[in-house]
Amino acid sequence: MFYRENGQYKTSYRSDQQIFAIAQDRWAILALIAFAFIGVPFIADEYMFRAILIPFLILSLAALGVNILVGYCGQISLGSGAFMAVGAYMAYNTYIRIEGMPLIVALLAGGFFATLVGMFFGIPSLRVKGLYLAVATLAAQFFCDWAFLRVGWFTNNNPSGSVSVSNLNAFGWAIDTPLEKYLFCLIFLVVFGLLAKNLVRSAIGREWMAIRDMDVAAAVIGIRPVYAKLSAFAVSSFIVGVAGALWGFVHLGSWEPAAFSIDRSFQLLFMVIIGGMGSIMGSFFGAAFIVILPIFLNQFLPAMGDMLGVSISTAAVSHTEFMIFGALIVWFLIVEPHGLAKLWSVAKQKLRLWPFPH
Amino acid sequence: MKLRQLVLATTVAAAGLASALVSTVATAQTKEQFFPVLVYRTGAYAPNGVPFANGYVDYLKLVNARGGINGVKVSFEECETGYATDRGVECYERLKGKNGGATVFQPLSTGITFALTEKAPGDKIPLITAGYGRSESADGGVFKWNFPLAGTYWVAGDVIVQDIGKRAGGMDKLKGKHIALVYHDSPFGKEAIPILQERAAMHGFKLSLLPVTHPGVEQKSTWLQIRRDRPDYVVNWGWGVMNSTLLKEAQATGYPRENIWGVWWAGAEPDVKDIGMGAKGYNAITMQHGTEKGSAIVKEVLEKLHAKGQGTGPKDEVGEVLYMRGLFSAMFAVEGVRQAQEKYGKGKVMTGEQARWGYENLNLTQPKLDALGFKGVLRPISTSCADHMGANWARIHTWDGTKWQFTSDWMQADEQIIKPMVKAAADKYAAEKKITRRTPADCQS
Repeated sequence: MFYRENGQYKTSYRSDQQIFAIAQDRWAILALIAFAFIGVPFIADEYMFRAILIPFLILSLAALGVNILVGYCGQISLGSGAFMAVGAYMAYNTYIRIEGMPLIVALLAGGFFATLVGMFFGIPSLRVKGLYLAVATLAAQFFCDWAFLRVGWFTNNNPSGSVSVSNLNAFGWAIDTPLEKYLFCLIFLVVFGLLAKNLVRSAIGREWMAIRDMDVAAAVIGIRPVYAKLSAFAVSSFIVGVAGALWGFVHLGSWEPAAFSIDRSFQLLFMVIIGGMGSIMGSFFGAAFIVILPIFLNQFLPAMGDMLGVSISTAAVSHTEFMIFGALIVWFLIVEPHGLAKLWSVAKQKLRLWPFPH
Repeated sequence: MKLRQLVLATTVAAAGLASALVSTVATAQTKEQFFPVLVYRTGAYAPNGVPFANGYVDYLKLVNARGGINGVKVSFEECETGYATDRGVECYERLKGKNGGATVFQPLSTGITFALTEKAPGDKIPLITAGYGRSESADGGVFKWNFPLAGTYWVAGDVIVQDIGKRAGGMDKLKGKHIALVYHDSPFGKEAIPILQERAAMHGFKLSLLPVTHPGVEQKSTWLQIRRDRPDYVVNWGWGVMNSTLLKEAQATGYPRENIWGVWWAGAEPDVKDIGMGAKGYNAITMQHGTEKGSAIVKEVLEKLHAKGQGTGPKDEVGEVLYMRGLFSAMFAVEGVRQAQEKYGKGKVMTGEQARWGYENLNLTQPKLDALGFKGVLRPISTSCADHMGANWARIHTWDGTKWQFTSDWMQADEQIIKPMVKAAADKYAAEKKITRRTPADCQS
């Protein structure tokens, strides 16, 4: 009743292959993107941009990358933080070492080097899988932590090992206000989101999913596991690397290897699991859940305490935040083990059938 | 089915509440001088973060009990960073515009300091990093908004080497000696390396660098190396649980604690209390103060706050090392505002930009400090456009098994060594960022 697809006939292959088959979905998504570009700048204040929206966009992008590898190709990786770090540091080095380097090219170069490193650490996936692979990719995390802390070249021999960038601009557009940074990240996210969505619908995406579902069967029907697995590693690391470069350049401005520690890898994996494995939409839900919820709880709890007339100490708020956040994760996984994206699609399905479910 | 509806309902409700919350926060306005307080009362470094936060908040409460800054009341709000850089940045963004705008930020973490250094000039909010932060920010010509008041890590490193030399019987005795730097593997720990390398080249001692990864409990390989190399002295550049672990390892290895020097974040009660006699003889540098339970300011805090049940944290920790550090960090923040009021109008609320002038023209003479209750705790501190540090004095205190005691006179870092290093590092930063040095005219603003 809320929306139905009666009368929407597909008369050509083109219309049959659209990303969103139902017109209402299509319009809703277009409206959402338009709102993100035009509406949000009028509503959000500086805090929303800098502390919530920009981290959300960048980590959504990273989760998208991880989802391609973990969700679509079934290769569990704990090295995503490392690939983000490679993206950030290599983008930094390209940016400062080559005179007149355009920002966007530097960011993409970060992604390119992350691809190389990602493919290298993806080689074990040809022999091991599942948890064993997770442990193998963990090596990437430790190696990158070590390299960026120890090898002076990466940090331009900064005594403290921390690097920073500023004066960002692309095509003469100086990206310095929070709004411009937000739009810059949003453009990246929309472009990469569209590319990723189309990739997973294409032949290569189906190969990834075949490998994920049963690699022996996939090999029997003629899919090359080497090609499929390494390409998943490549695409995933590229996106994660670009996200890492954006995290360093746009969000932090100055960073140290701790910004891409093993915690970041876990965070990204949790985003994918909670958001929904093998779902583009899930990456956004997961990022929102992991990034925004703790910050929301951190501000909501004292406000709620005030309403009830109790003042809660900072430490208590922080502890409660962890407890509630942890409980919510467990609860969501019990309610819907397939993640928030599944919940979303169930809700959509119900809205389509309401009030006559069969 | 029901559960799922509940999930949807709660999600929608939460989203609604979030937006409502954000909008109410934005409208709150007061006529008070607002001090945001970045703290970490949880996480791996909480044992050290808590006393600092208690001292900081207590001083702000005391300012109000004394009648405010020339009558202007002080308001403050804590934000928990957990020592994580991204949460620290989030706190900064959350608090910078609240209650009429933040006066000053004290990030209390080298990582957060680095991130905020990039943001503060745009927002026109000064940063105080009393005794920590990035050492080259002492150069006010390049770092207009940073104030590493009362000393930097380079000052600390320099004084430590001086004290080692003194106890060895003269700086010339250091030739051929071996000093091992055990450091926290982060920008904080690495700040020590340039100054120690400089000194090593000067005096001809051998310096070995032994990094320890966050949070610092894994030191077995480090101590294996120390047992093998037997360095004459160990310098400990640690924080939090790393310090007590290091002392325990030293005890287990049989390394004499008398030959270990800690940075000033490695010389407080939580670091040695649990080890007790095992840490006897361990030295640490202090940027001026140590445990100051007998000082006038501590008596005043006890009398005006804790006696009335308004104090923060346990009463018996008042006056301990980290508590004092919080206390005097807050004092700098407040005194800068008082100084700014001299120029921009007494009894008015200062903006961050006006407060910055106050921090740049801070002149805490001995009588002023004595009047504030810091007699015997601090020496005079005065800043200028070129010098954002204000003082470079330090002392060494030693753990005698039950308490910290001063075992050295006042010592001063060698400006002849540090000045050129600061200038070179600041120039490098300026070149990277395409910043031009401030002109004399800009200094007057």
